[in-house]
Amino acid sequence: MSDRGLEAGTPQTHTRTLRAWLYSRFLRSEALRGFALLSPTLLLMICAMCLPFGIMVVISFWTQTGFEFNQGFHLDNYAEFAERPAYRVLLLRSLVISAACTFATVLLSYPMAYYVAFHVHKHKMAWLILMTLPFWTSYLLRIFAWKIVLGFNGVINSGLMTLGVIDQPLEFLLYSPSSVVVTLTHAWAAFAILPIYVSLEKIDRSLLEAATDLGDGPAKRFFGVTLPLSLPGVIAASLMIFIPTVGDFVTPAMVGGPDGLMIANIIQAQFGVVNNWPRGAALALTMMVTITSVSLAYIWATRRLTGRVS
Amino acid sequence: MNALSYIDRPNRTLRVYAVSYLIFLYGPILFLPLFSFNDSIYTAFPLKGFTTKWYDTMFNDAPMWAALWNSVKVGIASACIATFFGLLGARAVTRYNLPGQKPIVFIIMLPLVIPGIIIGVALLILLSRLGFELTLFTVTLGHILICVPFAMATLIPRFEGFDKSMEEASADLGANPWRTFWLVTFPIVLPGIIASLLLCFTISFDEFIIAFLLAGTEGTLPLYIYGQLRFPSRLPGVLCMGTIIIAVSFVVVFISQWLKRRGLEDQTARF
Repeated sequence: MSDRGLEAGTPQTHTRTLRAWLYSRFLRSEALRGFALLSPTLLLMICAMCLPFGIMVVISFWTQTGFEFNQGFHLDNYAEFAERPAYRVLLLRSLVISAACTFATVLLSYPMAYYVAFHVHKHKMAWLILMTLPFWTSYLLRIFAWKIVLGFNGVINSGLMTLGVIDQPLEFLLYSPSSVVVTLTHAWAAFAILPIYVSLEKIDRSLLEAATDLGDGPAKRFFGVTLPLSLPGVIAASLMIFIPTVGDFVTPAMVGGPDGLMIANIIQAQFGVVNNWPRGAALALTMMVTITSVSLAYIWATRRLTGRVS
Repeated sequence: MNALSYIDRPNRTLRVYAVSYLIFLYGPILFLPLFSFNDSIYTAFPLKGFTTKWYDTMFNDAPMWAALWNSVKVGIASACIATFFGLLGARAVTRYNLPGQKPIVFIIMLPLVIPGIIIGVALLILLSRLGFELTLFTVTLGHILICVPFAMATLIPRFEGFDKSMEEASADLGANPWRTFWLVTFPIVLPGIIASLLLCFTISFDEFIIAFLLAGTEGTLPLYIYGQLRFPSRLPGVLCMGTIIIAVSFVVVFISQWLKRRGLEDQTARF
């Protein structure tokens, strides 16, 4: 004790005690320590995502002349989008295809999630893993599998011909917007189950019993209690499918044919064969803004519709 | 006496639906292994006969092995780095009550709600402006970005079910924070870390869109497969490769999901 008191006068120990004080202060301040721990992850996300996104916004106002970028502020790329209907058609088609796929996926997955949440009592974990397993296997291969199933010489055509049901291959199966919808629905089905299942599992069973005691039949109980309470899961699942599918370019390239091309195919082409990066950036941003507005409108509409429940 | 409420009673219609749903889910994928053993380059019925010659051809396909090795390298690097960042993030978010935590977590989780093509294109522009060449490193960077949210989402529940008093006990008994982390915290979250590593590896291994935009001359396995699809004569090789990939990823994902859920069940059993 007395040693420390003597030393306290010298300047070196002053800095040492200051550092020690700062260190103990740092250890004690919960928020500081938390931020220090969080900062690498946050920094990575800002540098590798927010920064590139900002640069993309800037580039979208440039124009391409030959192999050079024409820097400065131009609205040419956006004007082009507004003037040429081809882009609008592609964007609209992408939205329609994704919306159809989202709707089909949620509709198909809901009963499945309901079944596991309410009617499976043994091996629940096994069921959940079994349902979500295909989602984690190669996306490309799942799309490729549909090419085999729907193709001109594919499973359905050759199977039906072997059985003698048809004598000409059905050409409409592959290379159309509907084949994109079917393929995407299958590819994302396993993903939609989890959020819906989680929200169904959370529902307090006594609420359902109360509804029955008060005279509700199964249908009224479902639409009055179960469905509204599981809506957060349905909304989450819809967005988790809608957002990535609008920006998908592999599926349309593989099973879409010329009529099934989507906006992402054109964007990808701007960074590949067409080599017009500013236009690609502008198209990508337009797509992003459209997706975000549609998603927000969807959330707002569903919230409004069910406002009375929650 | 009846433990099951009438709400939870077995439902035959739903059960039939559930089974047909699983058939829809697995059916198309199972054609890959089926035709990979078929003695014909066409994927059509009737089946011609059993053969393993496509597997022999595939195993001698040197570019395929190179692409597979690239994918493994990228996958392992992405998984380790993303899990490390996820670990820091998950720990910070669950252990401390941070001001402005919600918007911060929102930023970290953003890649989940941004289409892959946007992330790929934005990174491509940044990297080319900075003068970086496109290599497997750029692909890895893109994959780390999309894996971090998944790593965090896997690790947060593990940290949340965590009994703080165990760490406090360790500190009271004189262990410094570092020792406490390695001796107490780390073993408890280990199953979560393994699950996160496996999950991130599978995501990176399967990822196509970002890899397509950010790969240079060397490609990953999905890019190689995509290139092969243009040649009908290479189709059986793709079928064989697909069969093996699906079999292996089924096993890996099954283990990771099992670990994740078992970890959670352990905790609920303990408390």
